[in-house]
Amino acid sequence: MANRSTIIGAAVFLLAAVLAPLLPDWVVSLMAIAFANALVVLGLIVLWRAGLVSFGQALYYCIGAYIVALSGRWINFTDGVVLVLLAGLFSGFTAFLVGFLIARYREIFFAMLSLALSMILYGVLVKTESLGSTDGFSVATPTFAGYAPHGEMLNLALYWLTLAACAASALAVGIYFRSIAGALAAPVRDNEIRVEFLGVSVTNVIHTKLVIAGTLAGLGGALAALIIGHVDPNMAYWTTSGGFVFVAILAGAGSVAAAFVGSLVFEAIRSFAVAMLPEFWQMMLGSVLLLTILFVPDGLGSLATRLRRKPREVQPQ
Amino acid sequence: MTDILSVRDLEKTFGSLVAARDITVHIPAQQTIGVIGANGAGKTTFVNMITGHLRPSKGSIWFEGEEITGRPSREITRLGISRSFQVAQIFPSLSVFENMCTAAAIGRHSGGFFKNVFTPVHSAQAVADAEAAVELFQIARYRDVRAFALPQGVRKLLDIAMAVAGHPRLLLLDEPTSGISIEEKFDVMQVVMSALKSRKITVLFVEHDMEIVDRFADRVLAFYDGTVIADGAPAQTLGDPKVQELISGTKIRDTAGRAAHA
Repeated sequence: MANRSTIIGAAVFLLAAVLAPLLPDWVVSLMAIAFANALVVLGLIVLWRAGLVSFGQALYYCIGAYIVALSGRWINFTDGVVLVLLAGLFSGFTAFLVGFLIARYREIFFAMLSLALSMILYGVLVKTESLGSTDGFSVATPTFAGYAPHGEMLNLALYWLTLAACAASALAVGIYFRSIAGALAAPVRDNEIRVEFLGVSVTNVIHTKLVIAGTLAGLGGALAALIIGHVDPNMAYWTTSGGFVFVAILAGAGSVAAAFVGSLVFEAIRSFAVAMLPEFWQMMLGSVLLLTILFVPDGLGSLATRLRRKPREVQPQ
Repeated sequence: MTDILSVRDLEKTFGSLVAARDITVHIPAQQTIGVIGANGAGKTTFVNMITGHLRPSKGSIWFEGEEITGRPSREITRLGISRSFQVAQIFPSLSVFENMCTAAAIGRHSGGFFKNVFTPVHSAQAVADAEAAVELFQIARYRDVRAFALPQGVRKLLDIAMAVAGHPRLLLLDEPTSGISIEEKFDVMQVVMSALKSRKITVLFVEHDMEIVDRFADRVLAFYDGTVIADGAPAQTLGDPKVQELISGTKIRDTAGRAAHA
């Protein structure tokens, strides 16, 4: 089973990469942003499985984005691949430090504390006039090992970079979900006492999840900065975090694939709604979420898994 | 035979309340010990101090020649002391098998942080251990039932099976038959005790039912007012006039009130 989903996942990513040159430019950009955001959502799913909802993933998203933007601005370093990796490392490390504070909290306290931390970063960035205050600033055009593509080629290059980051993350998170630490998510949500008395530290399990989610959000932010070509403090604002939680609920926590399905569907609906109903697009998104919760309570991701796995719910005796 | 567990002059106070005092007990390996006493007599306090849940105010606890007094419960679990709970502590949203497999994987591969992140939870050994455990504890027919839907007896069996997954040498059972109907009690205890005997585990169980204590224990500790008032073979302890008067017998006293006065 594990191998099968890995093979299917790899095939889908390859297909998405190969088909890209045939698609219109705007579709490629849209998909690139959707895939970048999917990484943040994947991190939320990692936390959600353990019963934790973070309303502060924008903190890591914004840090990732600013790492990329500042490297170009301050030291004129623009290598896309290295920048994305650097952003992931840096936001993962931030999550590691933040974890010492918030790994002990649960439920609403966890959600609000994570939100508060992201709002601190927002506040600092808004006050920093040398970084453009609320306007932010532009990101230098990235290069790829010395190669500097332009226009459509740049667009494609960034899309492929995003896909590669997504494929690697999906593979890693898939392995993590099947590991002991990953499989402890539901046990931690269900009964922390038993987990502790099996000899495992619940705090460590949650701390690990925070670092994974933070790293993924940082990667997503870095890619988004490169794709959009601009960063601003709104990337740390709480509505940005809320948007990711929205997509996570739409996607469901059932599988790794859910993050990508959810994010692509969300981006497609949003673009469609903004184009067709410029006045009411938020209402349309809200309705979609409502219908999803009512009719597909396990999220859109569950539709993908339902295709290949028959429900195997055993009736209690 | 050397003692697997030695408890010396143990005392626990909560402010002015003395929950346990002057407890000295030596337990040889592979003995099965019943612990009796009224509510508030200090039985659970005693168990909680051994598992590191409570820090003793005085005295020392030794496990296999190593002092474990006041160590955190996770560390004590890893050293080889496990416990089950009065209210079964299981994972309600997972199936019996997934509950067991999680415990088995940790028991089998328990290691540092990196080992937990890189070892699959469904490793061949963990799955084999989990399958063997559901057979051993005779809950195999509930294998794929989610734990929240289990009958009380099966919950308790699963709780104990999970506690045993880490291959402990000493297992503490806090009221293994509480919440189980009288008709089922003996069967459940029979399953538990023969499973534990086959694994050569030293067992200390807290129990209110004197017939069960008499039947399954090699030795009985009687607690009253925070301390051990009788310690010996079941017939000896249960036949002790003090024990009959204060715990098992006809005279029922308000022991909780007494403890508060002390």
